[in-house]
Amino acid sequence: MTAPMAETDHDMKRRLPTDWKSNAMQKRISARYASERRFRLIGLAAIAMSAGFLAFLLISMLSSGLGGFTRTEIAVKFDFPKAAIMVDPAMLHGVNADQALSNANLPAATAQAAIDTLGKGGDELLSPSAWVEVRDIIKDDPAILGRSEILSLPASADIDLAAKGNAPAAAEQAYARLDEAGLVSRSFNGGFLTSSDATDPSQVGIWGALKGSLLTMAVTLLLSFPIGVLAALYLEEYAPRNRWTDMIEVSINNLAAVPSIIFGLLGLAIFLNLLHLPRSAALVGGMTLALMTMPVIVIAGRNAIKAVPPSIRDAALGIGASPVQVVFHHVLPLALPGIMTGTIIGMARALGETAPLLMIGMRAFIASPPDGITAPATVLPVQIFLWSDEVSKGFVEKTSAAIIVLLMFLLGMNSIAIYLRNKFEKRW
Amino acid sequence: MSARNVNVYYGEKQAIKEVSIDVDTDNVTAFIGPSGCGKSTFLRTLNRMNDTVPSARVEGEITLDGENIYSSGMDVVQLRARVGMVFQKPNPFPKSIYDNIAYGPRIHGLASSKADLDTIVESSLRRAGLWEEVKDRLKDSGTALSGGQQQRLCIGRAIAVEPEVILMDEPCSALDPIATAKIEELIHELRGRYAIVIVTHNMQQAARVSQRTAFFHLGNLVEYGVTSEIFTNPREEKTKDYITGRYG
Repeated sequence: MTAPMAETDHDMKRRLPTDWKSNAMQKRISARYASERRFRLIGLAAIAMSAGFLAFLLISMLSSGLGGFTRTEIAVKFDFPKAAIMVDPAMLHGVNADQALSNANLPAATAQAAIDTLGKGGDELLSPSAWVEVRDIIKDDPAILGRSEILSLPASADIDLAAKGNAPAAAEQAYARLDEAGLVSRSFNGGFLTSSDATDPSQVGIWGALKGSLLTMAVTLLLSFPIGVLAALYLEEYAPRNRWTDMIEVSINNLAAVPSIIFGLLGLAIFLNLLHLPRSAALVGGMTLALMTMPVIVIAGRNAIKAVPPSIRDAALGIGASPVQVVFHHVLPLALPGIMTGTIIGMARALGETAPLLMIGMRAFIASPPDGITAPATVLPVQIFLWSDEVSKGFVEKTSAAIIVLLMFLLGMNSIAIYLRNKFEKRW
Repeated sequence: MSARNVNVYYGEKQAIKEVSIDVDTDNVTAFIGPSGCGKSTFLRTLNRMNDTVPSARVEGEITLDGENIYSSGMDVVQLRARVGMVFQKPNPFPKSIYDNIAYGPRIHGLASSKADLDTIVESSLRRAGLWEEVKDRLKDSGTALSGGQQQRLCIGRAIAVEPEVILMDEPCSALDPIATAKIEELIHELRGRYAIVIVTHNMQQAARVSQRTAFFHLGNLVEYGVTSEIFTNPREEKTKDYITGRYG
């Protein structure tokens, strides 16, 4: 009896064929499908949310900032022969034109013309810089001094605001009167892209800050890219693995996470106080930001270099390439796309950085674009920060307009980076 | 090329024990043995590729034309040009076929003109048996070739610098049988012109391509001799067990 029993036991222990159609199995299948669907929905929701935030940012910036690129103009009848413009037409040709016109009492003449055209208080309706345009018109065409002409001159900040529908009651009324008389018009504000900071919001421009940003970024890139790439190459390809290199690695990782204001303090202490480099200059700003960008490039560079397959190094060494040749002929070209991605992330962060630049004096009011890396300059984010702090309402749309310019700058930088990366990318 | 009492250590672990061997210039030498027996390690000491492993240490003497390759006067870069290497996995550079072959001659300054370089590229590809297949697309990437073609490209790259010895580390293990047959045929053709040392897992391959065979086991060189004798009449019991498939 025992033997057959054992056999039955054995049979009992044998597993039945899996019943793929059983209820439990069906439930498991539908649960699996459900979790799949759930995960997809959550992922989609995450994408939709970030896209929504981005769209909100862009739309709000564009709607409030686009106005900053236009200006309101008022038609003013300028009777040049009658106006008290004291200038010798013969002087208007050649280099002395500016000198002659600056002594010609143009501000008073412009104010008088405005009062004549627009009635009492008419001069208040024009921008304080309206006479500058009159000067430029005269310079372009001295013959105008002999006749009477209707000129479109920039309106004051209040009238400009009223035209865009957000101004004090008095300005609204003045604007309504002008509008009825058909004297106001809107045009593209070229001055915003070509001039620099000013105290009056109708005269401000972004060019000074944009140029400052360009110069600062150039200094940052020229310093941080070579140093960062060489450091990454040395650490990956040459440095022995020991306690010292571990310490350096930890320090570099730490450096990448240090709050940017601390780099500003470092720049202040070393570049300004110790080395006596010029304050507020793109040179010092670029050096400070390079300190901040370099660790990012080192980390990205090391990862990109690590990702180069060792078989490529073997291949090159195996036919007698020296270590330097291996690095510069094979490893670096293959790692370059990754290094550039890291560089652009670091540069984008540097471009948007405000705090460290405040520490080294780049928040000064600078009314002319910098003419070199040692000239006083400001940069886009600092300019945005300064304008957002202004009391005058006209600065609101200028701030948004400056943000649009900053975003465009970033977009351009990233596009170049993607183009370069695709160009250098190789598959194996 | 000959080795005398060579010991190789990875840190504390000894990978090669007292190996002495003379590599014949006119013949193909095969290194066989079970996994981890040290045959690849020994191969890589022959052109100092083990220098790239920080923990590796080599004792003993390995000479090429009577010169100790581990002496301080030996230039590693030149040594590796004289003792070329083909690796297990085909590893062409992600450059054009032409540049793959031309790279070695370029860095060693072997060609005086563009025409000279063209000649070297063509003759190397011909000797690697690849010329007919790629002559119309020398500008294409070397990585776009099939596995077998890539490996022949790597062999062509190695012979473009006219080495004295070519080391092959399981050159066919990543290839299909047809590609393998082509590589073996190529080894036959290259024999005599270069001393060839091939590491292989495949005993039939060793029997087919080599005239001398060395059997390694646990870091020891167990037996070294004429291939036909090793396979038909081994002196050592261990060799016999291995080639009859008792272990491995």
